[in-house]
Amino acid sequence: MNFPILSSLILLPTVGAIFIFLTKSSSKSNYNSSKYLALFTSFFNFVLSIYLWYIFDPNTSNFQFVENRDWLNGFINYKVGIDGISILFIVLSTLIAALCIVNVCNHITNKLKDFLIAILLMESLMIGVFCSLDLVIFYLFFEAGLIPMFLIIGIWGGPRRVYSAFKFFLFTLLGSVLMLVAIISIYWINGTTDIIELYNLGIEPKYQNLLWLAFFSSFAVKTPMWPVHTWLPDAHVEAPTAGSVLLAAILLKMAGYGFIRFSIGLFPLASEYFVPLIYFLSLVAIIYTSLVALMQEDMKKLIAYSSVAHMGFVTLGIFTFTKQGLEGGIIQMISHGLVSAALFLCVGVVYERVHSRLIVTYGGLVSIMPKYAVLFMIFTLAAIGLPGTSGFIGEFLILMGVFKKSFWVATIASLGVILAAAYMLWLYKRVVFGKVINKELLNMLDLRKSEIFILVALAIPTIFFGFYPEPLLNTIDVSINNLIETYNKQIFLNK
Amino acid sequence: MEISILFFPLIASIISGFFGRYIGDRNSEIVTSSLVSISAFLSIYVLYQVIVNQYEENIVIVNWITSGSLSVNWSMLIDPLSAVMLVVVTSVSSLVHIYSIGYMSHDPHKSRFMAYLSLFTFAMLMLVTADNFIQLFFGWEGVGLCSYFLIGFWFKKESANAAAIKAFVVNRVGDFGFALGIFLIFYLFGTVNYSEVFQLVPKVLDKNLLFLGLKIKAIDLICLLLFIGAMGKSAQILLHTWLPDAMEGPTPVSALIHAATMVTAGVFLVVRCSPIFEYSPLILSLVTIIGMTTAFFAATVALVQTDIKKIIAYSTCSQLGYMFFATGVGAYNVAMFHLFTHAFFKALLFLGAGSVIHSLNNEQDIQNMGGVWRKIPYTWGLMIIGTLALTGFPFLSGYYSKDAIIEFAYLRGNTVGYLAAFIGIFTAFLTAIYSWRLIFKTFHGDYNNKDLSINEMQESPYIMIVPLIVLAVGSILAGFLFKDLFIGVGNEELFWKESIKFLVPLSDEHPPYSILYSTPILVILSIPISYYLFVKNKNITKWFAEENKPLYKFLLNKWYFDELYEYLFVKPSKKMGTFFWKKIDINLIDKFGPDGVSNLIKKLTVKAVKFQSGYIYQYAFVMLLGFTALLTYLIVSK
Repeated sequence: MNFPILSSLILLPTVGAIFIFLTKSSSKSNYNSSKYLALFTSFFNFVLSIYLWYIFDPNTSNFQFVENRDWLNGFINYKVGIDGISILFIVLSTLIAALCIVNVCNHITNKLKDFLIAILLMESLMIGVFCSLDLVIFYLFFEAGLIPMFLIIGIWGGPRRVYSAFKFFLFTLLGSVLMLVAIISIYWINGTTDIIELYNLGIEPKYQNLLWLAFFSSFAVKTPMWPVHTWLPDAHVEAPTAGSVLLAAILLKMAGYGFIRFSIGLFPLASEYFVPLIYFLSLVAIIYTSLVALMQEDMKKLIAYSSVAHMGFVTLGIFTFTKQGLEGGIIQMISHGLVSAALFLCVGVVYERVHSRLIVTYGGLVSIMPKYAVLFMIFTLAAIGLPGTSGFIGEFLILMGVFKKSFWVATIASLGVILAAAYMLWLYKRVVFGKVINKELLNMLDLRKSEIFILVALAIPTIFFGFYPEPLLNTIDVSINNLIETYNKQIFLNK
Repeated sequence: MEISILFFPLIASIISGFFGRYIGDRNSEIVTSSLVSISAFLSIYVLYQVIVNQYEENIVIVNWITSGSLSVNWSMLIDPLSAVMLVVVTSVSSLVHIYSIGYMSHDPHKSRFMAYLSLFTFAMLMLVTADNFIQLFFGWEGVGLCSYFLIGFWFKKESANAAAIKAFVVNRVGDFGFALGIFLIFYLFGTVNYSEVFQLVPKVLDKNLLFLGLKIKAIDLICLLLFIGAMGKSAQILLHTWLPDAMEGPTPVSALIHAATMVTAGVFLVVRCSPIFEYSPLILSLVTIIGMTTAFFAATVALVQTDIKKIIAYSTCSQLGYMFFATGVGAYNVAMFHLFTHAFFKALLFLGAGSVIHSLNNEQDIQNMGGVWRKIPYTWGLMIIGTLALTGFPFLSGYYSKDAIIEFAYLRGNTVGYLAAFIGIFTAFLTAIYSWRLIFKTFHGDYNNKDLSINEMQESPYIMIVPLIVLAVGSILAGFLFKDLFIGVGNEELFWKESIKFLVPLSDEHPPYSILYSTPILVILSIPISYYLFVKNKNITKWFAEENKPLYKFLLNKWYFDELYEYLFVKPSKKMGTFFWKKIDINLIDKFGPDGVSNLIKKLTVKAVKFQSGYIYQYAFVMLLGFTALLTYLIVSK
């Protein structure tokens, strides 16, 4: 307990970023040293997070490794700590950040140093989000995380990057402002922003609905839920590959995490009250965006829309307040983090070679890039939720949980599973199978070692957790039980 | 030892799939074929143990998912039902593996092909040996996946890719029902393990659910949902459209997956869930009706098709219909018996057709064949055996199983049963006609192929013929040898034990002789009839087709199901997708959302700019106005 492991996790990437900043960018050797520095920092952080997972005690629902420091005269404390839910997201963040850095080192030549700094800073902020135990601290990390992302899209993005960056910013800002107001009101009402204390105190029922809506507006934009999802396809299309990966794999998960930690944890009554709203929006997201995905001509847009549908499953699962639904939601988020990251990387691989994201450009890649075809297939299947991949565990558990609440909601959501198969397989067929028609493709090289490394690093957990999800389920088991118990108690007391 | 039956095919698949390029095609073929063959021998040993020593066991490999009250294991359940399936799957699979060595000899991707076949075998074994619904679902989707890979194996063919996706998506529609069925089971029973669920079934008989405003019995709904899954996998009418298209895959695949094993998974599911289905007479009637409709529908379509593989595919569809209506009338063991015999003769027919196609340089249209029986005598002889067995010629395997289905349908003693028996007999006649049409058009009459001279034709190599011979032996003897074991009087208890539940004991009476003899007589008569129609006097069929053009078209176009679905589901989905995207996302949300806001701000700033004109007199004037207004306010408010 003496060693501040969480703060180290948060600060380490920033320290790495500072070092990179201090190296001179002119000479070739310095160029390389910043690469190695970034790689070393991110991988060390990943190993550290795995170690944290290893020493984490899954048998208690209390927050562990808690650090509490005075800040701003005791008005706000820097307080961090983790439970079974946050640890998984921390490991996911460190893994994805490390893989992004590998990707960036091999693909980006323009302002590489700055890109590495942006990713490392973002890693710090994301880890911060998942372990903050104070609302103000959470808010700071949560919103600051947008800045590096905004820059990544705005600087290294495609031709319409400025439009996309602003759209992204406009949407997310809207929600954020309301959340800030809500946090300030919570301080006025309860006199603290410490999450553990707030859990114990509870928030008066009469304020819950409004506060819930304020938090919801921020999380809904980031999830994203229909109808505030339209920034996502644009942001993905213009973002560089690493940007898309970070966005899909981790930024979206902060919202899902927020729903579990704050919406349900702090406002159980309001959560119960707004269930129909959430179900409605999630179902629309699942069916609507799946149909839209079916018709996309741009690979990245298709995967972006499919992300919206997948996150629809997550919100559905979380708001069942059942064991299966919540656990499924978390597994689905982890799984989507791995799979969508990999799918965006797969698009990046061919984009980098031919400079087109349009599906019609491709066709017949299997004869030219067999290794690519295999890995892309694995992730396609995981996106479909085929048993044996982590996607299945998530979706199936969610639907089991949802079924307990409502037959119809489960039925409509299950239709999304059929549509997912249609749009993903159709995409795969048009890109990978068939004859090579476009002569330009014939010169394409199969995956490089670094690309294989990244994709395999994502494929292994995807498949492993499909066959054996116990490590994940064990970790969250007690925390989820506690969450549901507290929730039920609150609902019971106020009836 | 039992577990190695499961894992040998998986290991074979991994070796061939990932290391095929290092160890070479020939080694991949040897490794996969021999490992799967070992599995087959072990399975036969297990079945022997089950029959002789009443061996039953549930081997838990490792726990898979634990979430609250949900607890699911990876496991291997060995009981009479799964033991029979083990033998069917591994034996046909090993023969198909061996056959493929010859059939695929010119293909550049042999090791990939073998890897898929072995992987399929593994998934199928996981399916049949599951002790819970989720592992069953795993195998269920796994076989669907391998089927998808294998249908689209020739990835350069546009039609093969389309067929692969169609197979997967249509199956997903069935799986959608199946998954909901599993959710409902978990919701009602709080568990998904067979033994616990089956024990609890009698306790929820009175439970009703509100469904579309109607009160429906929970048990009925479970059975309905499970049966939707079974319909998808077993290509029953409404969800059958993928099976004929699936013939785009290499022929060994059609034999293994789309005839002997995967498509029978639906039947297996219903039999496995007999402890639930037995309590739902309503859905059992539905199963019978769907089964007999499919049997009849597929047989009519098979009459006019000209692609040799499609004819056999529709025949499979039709025979699966028989199996379903057997389960529908409660004769689960008879359904299993037909599944067992069908695996042999249908695999034989498919592989035989493959041998014909191989010899004719990939020609599949029977109009371009004819008169080749002297050239490929082994294939011809073996196909005849397969056809005899399929049509139910006396004392061959199909005779015992198919006639038993018709008898038990009749003995069920209700309207649906009588109707099923009647349609069963009529369909048996149609089956005989189209099967002999295939034989006569393919092997007899005049040779019609312009691309290949008849003298260039060669019989297939021994590596393809030997598996056919084994299957032929099975087709001849399987019925006679196993009929007592599968459907003998009293063996419901003695052999099947707990694995199949019979709420109403099967009748051991005999139906009237008119029923008993009509099928064999029709079947025997059909041989000369078909010979006359398809060899001697071809004008009759031509004239008949001309006279009844609409009917002929209707059959040729497979009752227009594909067109209907295109119109009902595919096109509207695409239209809706485009509408949501272009109209709502872009023209509504974005236009009034972010773009709207930024435009508004732009307009406002343009207005605001006008205030800052820079002319002192304007500013002074505004100040004066403000000052006046303020002063007026102060004076008035006093």
